[in-house]
Amino acid sequence: MSEAVLTDSGDVLPGGGDGVVADFSADKQTFQVPWGKAMMWFFLLSDTFIFGCFLTSYMTVRMSARDAWPVPSEVFALSFGGDPIPLILIAIMTFILISSSGTMALAVNMGYRGERKKAFWLMMATAAFGVMFVSMQAFEWTKLIVDEGVRLWSNPMGAAQFGATFFMITGFHGLHVSVGVIYLIVTGLRVRSGYYDRTRGNYEMVEITGLYWHFVDLVWVFIFAFFYLW
Amino acid sequence: MAYVAIADRDHEQELHDPTTFITKYIWSQDHKVIAIQYSITAMFVGLVALGLSAMMRLQLGFPDSFSFITPTDYYQFITMHGMIMVIFLLTALFLGGFGNYLIPLMIGSRDMVFPYMNMMSYWVYLVSVIVLLASFFVPGGATGAGWTLYPPQAILPGTPGSELGILLMLVALALFIVAFTMGGLNYVTTILQARTRGMTLMRMPLSLWGIFMATILGLLAFPALFVSAVMMTLDKVAGTSFFMPAILSMGETMDHEGGSPILFQHLFWFFGHPEVYIVALPAFGLVSDLLSTHARKAIFGYRMMVWAILAIGGLSFIVWAHHMYVSGMNPYFGFFFATTTLIIAVPTAIKVYNWVLTLWQGNIRMTVPMLFAIGFIFTFTHGGLTGIFLGNVVVDLPLSDTYFVVAHFHMVMGVSPILVVFGSIYHWYPKITGKMFNQTLGKLHFWITFLGTYAIYLPMHYLGFLGVPRRYYAMGDTEFMPESAFTLNQGITISALIVGAAQFIFLYNIIVSLKKGKDAGSNPWEATTLEWQTPDTPPKHGNWGPELPVVHRWAYDYSVPGCRDDFIPQNMAPDDVPMAADSVSQSPDVGTHGSEGETDGPDGEPVA
Ligand code: HEM
Ligand SMILES: [Cu+2]
Repeated sequence: MSEAVLTDSGDVLPGGGDGVVADFSADKQTFQVPWGKAMMWFFLLSDTFIFGCFLTSYMTVRMSARDAWPVPSEVFALSFGGDPIPLILIAIMTFILISSSGTMALAVNMGYRGERKKAFWLMMATAAFGVMFVSMQAFEWTKLIVDEGVRLWSNPMGAAQFGATFFMITGFHGLHVSVGVIYLIVTGLRVRSGYYDRTRGNYEMVEITGLYWHFVDLVWVFIFAFFYLW
Repeated sequence: MAYVAIADRDHEQELHDPTTFITKYIWSQDHKVIAIQYSITAMFVGLVALGLSAMMRLQLGFPDSFSFITPTDYYQFITMHGMIMVIFLLTALFLGGFGNYLIPLMIGSRDMVFPYMNMMSYWVYLVSVIVLLASFFVPGGATGAGWTLYPPQAILPGTPGSELGILLMLVALALFIVAFTMGGLNYVTTILQARTRGMTLMRMPLSLWGIFMATILGLLAFPALFVSAVMMTLDKVAGTSFFMPAILSMGETMDHEGGSPILFQHLFWFFGHPEVYIVALPAFGLVSDLLSTHARKAIFGYRMMVWAILAIGGLSFIVWAHHMYVSGMNPYFGFFFATTTLIIAVPTAIKVYNWVLTLWQGNIRMTVPMLFAIGFIFTFTHGGLTGIFLGNVVVDLPLSDTYFVVAHFHMVMGVSPILVVFGSIYHWYPKITGKMFNQTLGKLHFWITFLGTYAIYLPMHYLGFLGVPRRYYAMGDTEFMPESAFTLNQGITISALIVGAAQFIFLYNIIVSLKKGKDAGSNPWEATTLEWQTPDTPPKHGNWGPELPVVHRWAYDYSVPGCRDDFIPQNMAPDDVPMAADSVSQSPDVGTHGSEGETDGPDGEPVA
């Protein structure tokens, strides 16, 4: 697919493979994006390798562990009076995080349309989803630690590495979500106060925040698959 | 939405203009100041590491003569020496030092894209260095686990520094990675997004290509080290068993079980091998520019050089297990990693040929930087050849963990990059300070260092063949060790001490020349690249005065036929190029000369 792309300014840019060649042989800049956005891409690429190493280590450790690995559908089950429902909490958490990506995408759109109020509130909604996610994670940790006696270094249900990898990796991800919440609030407040109108006249910052948020969301999908479905 | 490049905007990058002494020279956001801060800090820890190597050599050359060097000390020295040299000296100096200084100047921008973050990068690096050095002074001392920090021994009692030393080492590494990431994101983004008008990627000097690729390697390889540092810290302080199998220690079973020490080795070398290229690629780039400038000749095969850098960078991620042949692995893996390792020799050899061909029939000026650059070709070829031995499983097995390996990696990633560091410091010193250093002292420094290097490391190959193991405090009375091994060790030690002392000539030279040196002028080497074309020397804050430079040609227009001068600066428009008096009739086309005669670009530069 090498169709030409018509930009806002009416320039015809080559698309597809030709476009890539054109971008890389251009002077001044390679990607037609602001610096902050490019830098966020590179950061996320690097962060991908961090999570990649964590998850690969988890798989290795899980395979080399001598004791049995706990069955996820039992460990992560929750009962509301009746029979335990497997993975119910995590299903809700995942749903919440995915929804937050939706509100984030809307916020980016509103930002570019210059609807500061709406963008602000959508970002706050995203942050609120984030807080909910982290709180539910705290709840899950408490349940594992207090009720089931799982520790970072031991696990009454079998392999000690279960506790170690679980707390380390979900903790590291939870940290990412928490940082994202702070990031969202800071950017959101600046959107509301019109800071970006004054400093750069556009709302690409919302999109950059969004990139980070979607990434954290995407990583969760992998953690979810590897910890809860395997 | 199309985005307007910085060079086309009415309002250029807003720079933070320093007003006080502190914001100008200490808490500074100027990439040049940050570069100098990085370099001075790196050279300082480098001196510490040099001191440590002198102590080790004293012990090895004259065992039993120095009661103040105990086996424990020896292990601590070895570990700190290795780690400091590789990470805190070379990585920091090439990327934090040269990267910071050269990137904005060579691409024609006013600063890095995010100067504040760039500044923080230095301060976090400084903290990491302080944490690292502090580990010498905590109870139990620095870690003695070897620079590879292999578990389980790294955190078990009995290894020096297994109490606090190892923790401080891991914290220092994690901090370094944070610092590097802040800087590295800046370097990559600046090179890709903030170039001046006319500066295409394929017109960039090779220095930048080397630094660029090394930074990308860093951004993708340091994560593995970070993750292993986190997990080892947890193994140490929280009693987890990521890397710890069931262990019987002093007759008692330990609390660990079920972990995988081999996992650490994989993570470590997934970082460790690219790390070799993190220090090698900038050296490749810088040396290409030194050779071309001082041979007054375009670099041979510019495009090949660029692709070789990219290929080496990519391949460096799939060779890591050649460090683990003796750890035991599936024979097919050994085969795979041996093959990839040998394949990486191809682009590397291309580079060596191209350097030599750049010198071929050049108008060579034997300046001090040129001496170091040529010295690099020797030591690098040498170290590269022994690498081919070690890349083969069957050859590696008997040589692994002997002095052959020590000799190999010192030649290829110790001495060679260090020679480029010296060459480059001499080369850019006139731009950084505005003064010329003392040539005689510089040449003296070169010859002692270069010949001394061979005196130190050539005999080590032989020691390796004899089977002298690495990381041994003393050989003792070993049957298979001939007398010559001991004599050689004394000789090596004496050479090492002389080389170590010679480095003070260098320090003396660059410090005294600050005051006493002659004014160098803005372009003493008659070089083409942009950093030599700044309106002020040393360049002022913002680098370029009111207008950003405009680039008209690639970085290697040396000795263009028909021109008056033997170099054409990158920012000289075709119409402005002065012609030689006798060649006016020949109508030389100064706008059209690329590498290997291919001139398809709008201004006659080679096209990607
Ligand atoms: C005059 C300069 C140098 C001397 C005399 C020297 C000497 C030594 C000695 C004696 C050892 C210990 C060998 C053993 O017992 O196994 C060693 C190890 C090492 N050196 Fe150097 N060295 C020098 C420069 C460098 C440089 C520039 C680098 C940078 C890459 C470097 C990197 C290493 C590494 C990575 C180790 C391995 C440490 C370990 O086994 O854990 N050295 N060096
Ligand atoms: Cu390697």
